[in-house]
Amino acid sequence: MAKEKKTKSMRTQKIISDTVVHVLLAVLAFIWVLPIAWIILLSFSTQKGSYVTSFFPKGYTLDNYHRLFTDTTILNFPQMFANTLIIAIFTCLISTFFVLSVSYCMSRLRFKMRKKYMNIAMILGLFPGFMSMVAVYYILKAVGLSEGSMIRVALILVYSGGSGAGFYIAKGFFDTVPKALDEAAYLDGCTKFQVFTKVTIPLSKPIIVYTVLTSFLAPWLDFIFAKVICRANAQYYTVAIGLWKMLEKEYIDKWYTCFAAGAVCISIPIAILFVFMQKYYTEGLSGAVKG
Amino acid sequence: MAIFQKKASDFATPYTVSNAVSKGNLITKLSMLIMGLGCFAHKQIIKGLIYLAIEVGYIWFMIKGGIGNLQHLISLGGKPQEEIWNEAKGIYEYVNGDMTILFLLYGVATIFLTVAFIIAWRANLKCAYKNECDAREGRAINSFRKDLKALLDTNLHYSLMTAPILGIIIFTILPLVFMICMAFTTYSKVNDNLTLFNWAGLKNFVTVLGLGNSIGKTFWSVLGWTIIWAIFATFSNYILGMILAIVINRKTTRFKGFWRFCFMLSAAIPQFVSLLLMRTMLKDNGLINVLLQNAGLINSPLPFLTNATWARVVVIVINVWIGVPFTMLQVTGILQNIPTELYEAARVDGANAVTIFFKITLPYMLFVTTPYLITTFTGNINNFNVIYLLTGGAPTPVGSTAGKTDLLVTWLYKLTIDLQYYNVGAVVGILTFIILAIVSLVTYRNTGSYKNEEGFQ
Repeated sequence: MAKEKKTKSMRTQKIISDTVVHVLLAVLAFIWVLPIAWIILLSFSTQKGSYVTSFFPKGYTLDNYHRLFTDTTILNFPQMFANTLIIAIFTCLISTFFVLSVSYCMSRLRFKMRKKYMNIAMILGLFPGFMSMVAVYYILKAVGLSEGSMIRVALILVYSGGSGAGFYIAKGFFDTVPKALDEAAYLDGCTKFQVFTKVTIPLSKPIIVYTVLTSFLAPWLDFIFAKVICRANAQYYTVAIGLWKMLEKEYIDKWYTCFAAGAVCISIPIAILFVFMQKYYTEGLSGAVKG
Repeated sequence: MAIFQKKASDFATPYTVSNAVSKGNLITKLSMLIMGLGCFAHKQIIKGLIYLAIEVGYIWFMIKGGIGNLQHLISLGGKPQEEIWNEAKGIYEYVNGDMTILFLLYGVATIFLTVAFIIAWRANLKCAYKNECDAREGRAINSFRKDLKALLDTNLHYSLMTAPILGIIIFTILPLVFMICMAFTTYSKVNDNLTLFNWAGLKNFVTVLGLGNSIGKTFWSVLGWTIIWAIFATFSNYILGMILAIVINRKTTRFKGFWRFCFMLSAAIPQFVSLLLMRTMLKDNGLINVLLQNAGLINSPLPFLTNATWARVVVIVINVWIGVPFTMLQVTGILQNIPTELYEAARVDGANAVTIFFKITLPYMLFVTTPYLITTFTGNINNFNVIYLLTGGAPTPVGSTAGKTDLLVTWLYKLTIDLQYYNVGAVVGILTFIILAIVSLVTYRNTGSYKNEEGFQ
């Protein structure tokens, strides 16, 4: 009898704690989703200025999106989008090549400078990233990459140039590819380069996808490098600077809702890529050949 | 396979520069003067030509401008821009003066080229000595074709690493050296030293570290806030993210995927978007203040970003909103790996959820995630985005160069980009680096994942 009572009280306790947990989660999820919901609502809002009086807009319209992609007189959003896309594609190609080659060398090849290189890369990572920004700007200026359409090239170089130092995750993945496969290939007469391209790369899909996505996303997410290098050259702005500009004092009254529309347009594809990236990241962490 | 088990000592070869100088024959020794001679002597024509071309190119460069660059690096120039009356045209013409910043840049670049040349010179000597030994002992000397093939096999690291290392040297190391040089000059808007400036020794370090002037005072207060921020931002995210992950992972929690999706959503949208969004929501006439006023809860807007204490708390709280989902994603996998026996044993002993968290989960997680924690900590010290996009360092006291929420990095940005105090900015950057280096090298080198880097291979 007493035992029954005890299990019963334990069950009620469990139900109580379960409800508490679910209510708590619901409240937290609400807090986390609320700003996102609001910006989506705002992007469809008919209001004009930047002063909002209520959570839900007074009327709904698609004008903000329409204006964002057609009004190119002051802030040319389609142009910014194209800039960022071009920069992102080239950055992605160069960075992926750099990261994968360095990671493979660090993981599989043994040479004199290896340990030194790893230490140097770690030390370089400790400097504030844009501390050298001014210096980079002068270097780009000295070689004539700071004006006109060369700004795009400059941004590509800035985003991909130093990427060879960020090899830790991919190296960790290559470490999990069994060495026995390499050895079998060597016995069959493969050179090291063939092992890299024909054995390691085909087995490394998760980490390649992860590297491609991170380097593709970098130019979309970066704000500071683009701002320093573009300076006042509005036609080479990337999306991040454009959205930031829309909230500056001189533009905010006319562009507030367009900012929301632009933010939604940029966030949806990036969010989708991010979810993919997470999937491949976790797959990458769990190793190459299973079982 | 043996090649994978080599240790550093196994890289020792008899073909070193010192051996070449002391034991080499005449041709090897002459290679010190005429690069590539040791290759020509053993019919490696193309390789020899490459070495020779490097030497000729370097000497030509040094005569053309290199030596001048090095001299300018020491003197830094001093000729100001001048107006000269042009009789023929009847106008004043400007004659360009010296641009010290370019002297500094070209000087540093020349030093880099010289280092590269010395590396090539050493390689040339080693090659000459190796050829000599090979010929003496009757071994075949590699043809150029064989050398090329080796680049895809035994020397694969040369072919794969050259481009990335060049990238790092040009876009990371060269600018850093350049910037570090600036810390020892008078390059600053103060006293109009932007076109012409001079070496200043350690004066800027004294300015920043001393308490006698406004920059020094600002430095210490910004440093204090940076450390407080880094500690709070790191651990609030870490602990709250972990609790969230545990709560979602509980056996009886339903709709796990849905909850994870809700939180992941905010991690997935670009950080600058969510930060700008938060900034507009928290303004004096932003959504939150307006809603609270409409509801009659407050009379005047809450000073979220305009009062120093409010702003400091707000940036930490917003950082929780930004960062917790990331921690949750990182931690979930590790949590599932904690051996369940530990939990069962604890439950048998009558431990409640809180005790279990502090006695089992937290110690285990700390053990596994120390490197992650260190990277987050250093990342937070360098967390430019959150501060710059949210508050821009505001509120800024009148006459001060840094606001109350400015971190060292955002202050560095303001000093260099906005105020053009390049030398002081460079000093702040160096000091930030020193702080980070001490924190992370000491802790990181003591973690198992660094020591046993090859442990599991």
